[in-house]
Amino acid sequence: MFKLVKQLTSMIAMFAVLFAFSTETMAAKKSKTLENTKKRGFVRCGVSQGLPGFSNADESGNWTGIDVDVCRAVAAATLGDATKVKFTPLSAKERFTALTSGEIDILSRNTTWTLSRDADIGLTFVGVNFYDGQGFMVRKGSGIKSTSEFKNGTSVCTNLGTTTELNMRDFFDSRGISYEPVVFEKADEVVAAYDAGRCDTYTTDKSGLAAQRTKLSAPDDHVVLPETISKEPLGPVVRQGDSVWEDIVRWSLNTMIEAEEYGVNSSNADMMKTSNNPAIKRLVGAEGELGAAFGLDNDWNLRIIKQVGNYGESYKRNIADTGILPDRGPNELWTKGGILYVPPAR
Amino acid sequence: MNNIIKKFLPQILAILFVVLIFGFLTINAQTNMDNRGIDFGFGFLSQESSFDVQFSLIEYSGSDSYARAFLVGLLNTLLVSFISIIFCTILGVIIGVARLSSNYLIKNSAAWYVEFFRNIPLLLQIFFWYYAALRALPLPEKANAWFGVTYMTVKGYYIPAMVWENLNVFLYCGLAAIISIIVLKKYANNLRDTQGKQIPVLLYSIALLIILPLLSFLFGGVSLEFELPQLKKLSKISYIYEGGISLPPELIALVLALSLYTSTFVAECVRAGIEGVSKGQKEAAASVGLTPNQVLKLVIMPQALRIIIPPTTNQYLNLTKNSSLAAAIAYPDLVLVFAGTALMQTGKAIEIVSITMLTYLTISLTIAAIMNWYNKKIEIKEK
Repeated sequence: MFKLVKQLTSMIAMFAVLFAFSTETMAAKKSKTLENTKKRGFVRCGVSQGLPGFSNADESGNWTGIDVDVCRAVAAATLGDATKVKFTPLSAKERFTALTSGEIDILSRNTTWTLSRDADIGLTFVGVNFYDGQGFMVRKGSGIKSTSEFKNGTSVCTNLGTTTELNMRDFFDSRGISYEPVVFEKADEVVAAYDAGRCDTYTTDKSGLAAQRTKLSAPDDHVVLPETISKEPLGPVVRQGDSVWEDIVRWSLNTMIEAEEYGVNSSNADMMKTSNNPAIKRLVGAEGELGAAFGLDNDWNLRIIKQVGNYGESYKRNIADTGILPDRGPNELWTKGGILYVPPAR
Repeated sequence: MNNIIKKFLPQILAILFVVLIFGFLTINAQTNMDNRGIDFGFGFLSQESSFDVQFSLIEYSGSDSYARAFLVGLLNTLLVSFISIIFCTILGVIIGVARLSSNYLIKNSAAWYVEFFRNIPLLLQIFFWYYAALRALPLPEKANAWFGVTYMTVKGYYIPAMVWENLNVFLYCGLAAIISIIVLKKYANNLRDTQGKQIPVLLYSIALLIILPLLSFLFGGVSLEFELPQLKKLSKISYIYEGGISLPPELIALVLALSLYTSTFVAECVRAGIEGVSKGQKEAAASVGLTPNQVLKLVIMPQALRIIIPPTTNQYLNLTKNSSLAAAIAYPDLVLVFAGTALMQTGKAIEIVSITMLTYLTISLTIAAIMNWYNKKIEIKEK
C-alpha cells in the first residue's frame, strides 16, 4: 500500500515535469519579447539623440519622427496604444550593444542596413523606412559645386561609429585625395566643429545633413553637394533569435507603407472596413486572421493606421512639413516612381 | 596540522571564490553570446580596418589591419600622456616651489592657480580649451606667424618640419655625448669621494651635449633643413598649410587641459615634500657652510624627493587614464580609435573592451614600475 502511494506520487511528479517541459516548448513558439512587452506595458525603443525628422524630442520630452513612428506602430499593434513607448536616446556607438544586451527591444535610429551588421553581431534588420545616401555639406562661399573639386588636405567632420566613416574612406581613397577625418561621438559636436571652421566639409547621410543644417548658426550659408556617394537604406533593427517579434516589427512597418499604397489613412481607416477591395479589408482587419500568426488580435493593423497613420502621413508630418526634405525622392511609393515596395499583407 | 589548516584554509577559500566568480562570469557571457548569435574571437584583428585616422605617429591607412589601428590609438594615447606628464611636472615643480616663496604676490598667485585648476572638472576644462579657447583662433589665411615660421590656427598649429640628412650619425653623436656624461659623472663622484676635489660637472655636461652633435654637422656630413608650412588654397574661402608638421587642435587642447589640471596636484606634492623636510636640516646644512644652492641640491631635495615621488606617481597614473577623455573632442586615442570606431565596425564589444582595459592596465603598471624603481634608487640607504 505504502509502496503504491510512493510509486503513484513519483509517476505524478514525472508527468508534471513532462508537462512543464511540453508547455515550455509550446511557449517558445510565442515571442518572449512580446510577452515581456505586454507584461511591462510599454515598448522599449532605442532612438537617436536628436535628429529632426527621424527622432527628436521637444522641450516637454515628446518624441516625433519617422523612426519614432515605427515604434509607435509596434506599440499600437501589440499594446493597443501608440503612446506606450519608452524611448532611449542612444549614440551611434552605443546603439547595437543596447539592443543585443536587451536594454531595448527595437532599434529605430536611422541605422544603415549592411551585410556585416545583419550577419555578424546578433542583429536582424526588418526593413527599410528611409532610403538615404551619404552626401557632403560645404560653405556656399567656398564655391565648391561638386565633390570632384575637393583637394588634398580637406578636413572632414563626421560621426563616430557609422558607415559614414567607411564610405568616406572609400570615396577619398578611390580618388587618391588625402584628407583629415575629424571624428566626434555626438552629432551636436560635429555640427559645432564644422560651424567653427574646424572642417571644410561635413559628411553624413543626406537627410541628416538637411536636418543638421537647421542647427547651424547661419543655415543659408551652407549647401549640400548634389553627389550621393553611398547607398544608405535606413531601417529598424531587432535582436536575433525572436522571429515572431521580428515579424511583428517588420509587418508593422509594412502595414504603414501598404496603407498608403491603398489610400488608407488615419481618418478613413474605419470606413474602409466596408470596402469592396479584399486587400484593403485585410489591411484594416475586416477580413482574414492576419494577427493570429503573431499572437495578436485582428485589429492590430487597423490600430496602427488609426493611431500612427500611414507612411505618407508620417513622412509629411515629420519630414516634408518641417522643411527637411519636402521632396520624397526614392522614398515615394513604387506606384508613384519611388522604390517603396513592400510584400503584400495576406 | 591544525595550524596548517588555519593558515591555508582561508586563503584557499578566497582563491576558490575568485576563480568561481570569474568562471561564472565567463560562462554567463558565453551562454548569453551564444543565445544571441554573437561569436567570440580575436580573428578580426588581422582584418582590414577600412577606416582612416586623423592623426597617427606611424604609417597607417584604411587598408591596414585592426591590429595596426590599435597600435595607432595606443601610440596617440602614449604621446599625449608623455607630453602632458613632462609639462605637468615642470609646471608642478615651479608652482609648488612658488607656493613656498616669501614673496606675497608669487605665493598667492600660485595658491590661486592651484585652487582654480584643481577644482574644475577635467572634462569641462577639456571642453573649455577645445570649444572656447581654440575656437577663437583665426582661420589659416588670417593667422599671424609666431616666431616667424609657425602658425596657430583653428585647424591646428603648423610648425616647420625638419629634413635631416645622415640623421643616424647625429643620433650616434648624441648617444656618445650622453655616455660620456655618465662616465664623467662617475669619475667626478669618485674624485670627490677619494680626494675631496670638485669639478663643475654640469658645465662640462652641457658643453659635451652641444659640442659633440655640433661636430657631426662639421665632419659627419649631417645637414638639417627646415620645411616651412606654406599656405594652400582648398577652395575660394578655405585654406590650409602644406608642408611642415601640423599639430591638430585636439592634441593641443588635450595637452593643455591635462597638464594644467595635473600640475596642480604635482605642485601640492612638491610643496608637501619640501615642507616635510624639517627646518633643522636646512639650518644645520647652512651652519656647516653650504651655500643656499647647495643646501637645496644636496640636503633638502634628496629628502624631499622621497616624500614627493609616491604621490606624484599616482598623479601620472591618473593623467594617463584621464587621457581617455580625448574621445570627447575627437582626438584619436586608444578609446576613440579602438574602443570607438573599431568596436562599432566589428561589433566585438567584449574582445575590444577587454583588450583596451588590459592595455591601460599595462601602461599604468609600467609607469608605476618605473616610478617605484626611481623611488628605490633615492630612498635612504642604510649603511
